[in-house]
Amino acid sequence: MTESLAWLIPLPVVLPLSAAGLALALWRHGRAQGVISVVALSLSLIASLTLLFAADSGPLVVDIGSWGAPVGINLVADRVSTLMLTVSFAVTLAVLVYSLAQGVEDDDAETPVAIFHPTYLVLTAGVADAFLSGDLFNIFVAFEVLLAASYVLITLGGTRERIRAGTIYVVVSLLSSLLFLTAIAIVYAATGTLNLAQLALRIPELSSGVQLVLQVMLLLAFSIKAAIFPLSAWLPDSYPTAPAPVTAVFAGLLTKVGIYAIIRTQTLLFPGGRLDDLLMVAALATMVVGILGAVAQNDIKRLVSFTLVSHIGFMLFGISLSSEAGLGAAIFYVTHHITVQTALFLVVGLVERRGGSTSLDDLGGLAKVAPLLAALFFIPAMNLAGIPPFSGFLGKVGLLEAGVRDGRPLALVLVVGGVLTSLLTLYALVKAWNKAFWQPVPETVRPVRLPRRMVGSAGFLVAFGLAITVFAGPLYGYTERAAALLHDRGVYVLAVLPDGQRGEGESADFSDDADAAEQAQTDQEVDRLVEQDVQQDQIDREAATGTPGGEP
Amino acid sequence: MTNAPSLTLVIVVAALIAVGVYLMLERSLTRVLIGLIIAGNGVNLLLLSAGGAAGGPPIVGMTPESEMADPLPQALVLTAIVISLGMSAFLLAMAYRSWQLNAHDEVQDDLEDRRVARRAALDRAAYADVDAGPVSLDEAAAEVRDETADVGDAPGSDQTGSDQTSADQTSAEPKGADPTGPDPTGPDPTGPDPTGPDPTGERGAP
Repeated sequence: MTESLAWLIPLPVVLPLSAAGLALALWRHGRAQGVISVVALSLSLIASLTLLFAADSGPLVVDIGSWGAPVGINLVADRVSTLMLTVSFAVTLAVLVYSLAQGVEDDDAETPVAIFHPTYLVLTAGVADAFLSGDLFNIFVAFEVLLAASYVLITLGGTRERIRAGTIYVVVSLLSSLLFLTAIAIVYAATGTLNLAQLALRIPELSSGVQLVLQVMLLLAFSIKAAIFPLSAWLPDSYPTAPAPVTAVFAGLLTKVGIYAIIRTQTLLFPGGRLDDLLMVAALATMVVGILGAVAQNDIKRLVSFTLVSHIGFMLFGISLSSEAGLGAAIFYVTHHITVQTALFLVVGLVERRGGSTSLDDLGGLAKVAPLLAALFFIPAMNLAGIPPFSGFLGKVGLLEAGVRDGRPLALVLVVGGVLTSLLTLYALVKAWNKAFWQPVPETVRPVRLPRRMVGSAGFLVAFGLAITVFAGPLYGYTERAAALLHDRGVYVLAVLPDGQRGEGESADFSDDADAAEQAQTDQEVDRLVEQDVQQDQIDREAATGTPGGEP
Repeated sequence: MTNAPSLTLVIVVAALIAVGVYLMLERSLTRVLIGLIIAGNGVNLLLLSAGGAAGGPPIVGMTPESEMADPLPQALVLTAIVISLGMSAFLLAMAYRSWQLNAHDEVQDDLEDRRVARRAALDRAAYADVDAGPVSLDEAAAEVRDETADVGDAPGSDQTGSDQTSADQTSAEPKGADPTGPDPTGPDPTGPDPTGPDPTGERGAP
């Protein structure tokens, strides 16, 4: 069954890309563009949902153009990537409906639809490609695709404020691409390959100094994308000026693509956890500095942007533990956070519409004049802060549990930092709630009817966030299995290179004698890799069981 | 090492990236753009030299295998060049738009950042809490209408006292209680209220 479903893998990339071309050709027909976008994203969502269930029984691999794996490019759909894919498409679809409604409402003045739809579809294609890619350079191309689309979206309309914000965003992104390309050059110089599976085999053979250089370079490039603390200053400057749906989809997806790339490279290529301490410090700084920034803000969009930075720290916390429990919790947190952060930005867009401003100075009394809006804000806000029944709480408990089980002093500091950050998140959001939703209604707030479809799509995302809470059991099980798969690198490598040598496609290898020798060598490498992982697992298990038992 | 890339290439890479970084630190967007292009070319050369020494065209039958150049980095560099071309065009358009709007292309500071910093320097609250006003929280709490006291048949005889003070205050200061105020639970009707008649004297000192 899994064999027959592999053809679905390219669809989440190909469908939005083709639809983008079609939408661009039909630029005069706004309505047709909307239909095309919705259909393309819905089909992609169905494809990724199918893949989500199919990939649970083992990673699916497709060799593009039937070129064998290390020669050609391959797409890999395993548990992590399909989960990310499914959540992203659900979120992008909801945001699309929201922006369609907004376009109808504003008579397309705010979002020039002719450019908006094709760019938006290209963005989703880039995101999907980044999740599915099994090749480092293809990840680079996917990043460039989604970034190029995001440059257009963030400067939509070309107003003074957006050009200012866009300049910062574009320059920082170009710089991070440059760093990524440098990292790729060094990786290729050191190993002679860019295929992730083959890299997993070859990187352990490098000297430890070179390994460290590669790891740091890749981390640096991805950390800018993911907005990890010392490299996060660009985000709150640039995101809030874009139109609400654009900010929402950026906040939900783009930083998570960086986090996904970190997860993928750290687990597959550098499993030893050498930089754990560095990552932990970065996670702590991201959490605390980000949320302190949020507390100081007076503009609700910026406040929410700062909480976004802060909560990236939680995901990094899970990654830095480099244990299965930590990774599983981090992946769960990513799914939770994509939904909740996007929902919050959409609702803030509604608040801006209803209250006429995003500045807390000019807002007030919205709970009285728009009770439904208040409920829509309150639920994701509490979810983000991690109030018990919601999924944010479950994700945080998972992370804190994993941190305590880890037992290293730095991990315990992070546990404390995580709790503190949650409290400060609650403080920042309650502050915004108190000012925007309580207090007397200022005279500037005019009665505005909120478009039903905008409220509906924002409500859908809020409900989706609640559904993550309701189905947290199975979902958490899935993320834990995903984490286990990430730890068991042999599965990934063997899925891509079934004989430890070549993918399933064709690629002429004219040096047959060399091939046989190399084949035997690679078989040994795979065996050694699996062995290493088993040993590492044993060490982990001993550490996990030994530490709590050893302490009085 | 016969396959090592030429040293000249490495020096050129270093020089290009250094010049690029220097230009990127400038304020003008055009210079930043030129810096990015130069540094990008440096990285492209780095990628090219990652493929090892130069060799013959990598076509089977034309060059012996051992003398072939590695074609993959060349393909990667081509892709990277195309991407950076597009990005440069976009950045150039942005610089032009910035010049149209502001008559210069300098990267602006974030105004909101400055505002937050200024407020912090002045040590002012982020926003004025409208219903906090000159009345302190405790005072407002004391003024909140106590529903249990109005019902009358609530147990406890000493609650008339506290009801009295709250009624007094409401009449003295008609600004009164907002039902959505910060503490709707109000004071405990059964206990004596320490912040009764004059709480401002104690609290507002600093």
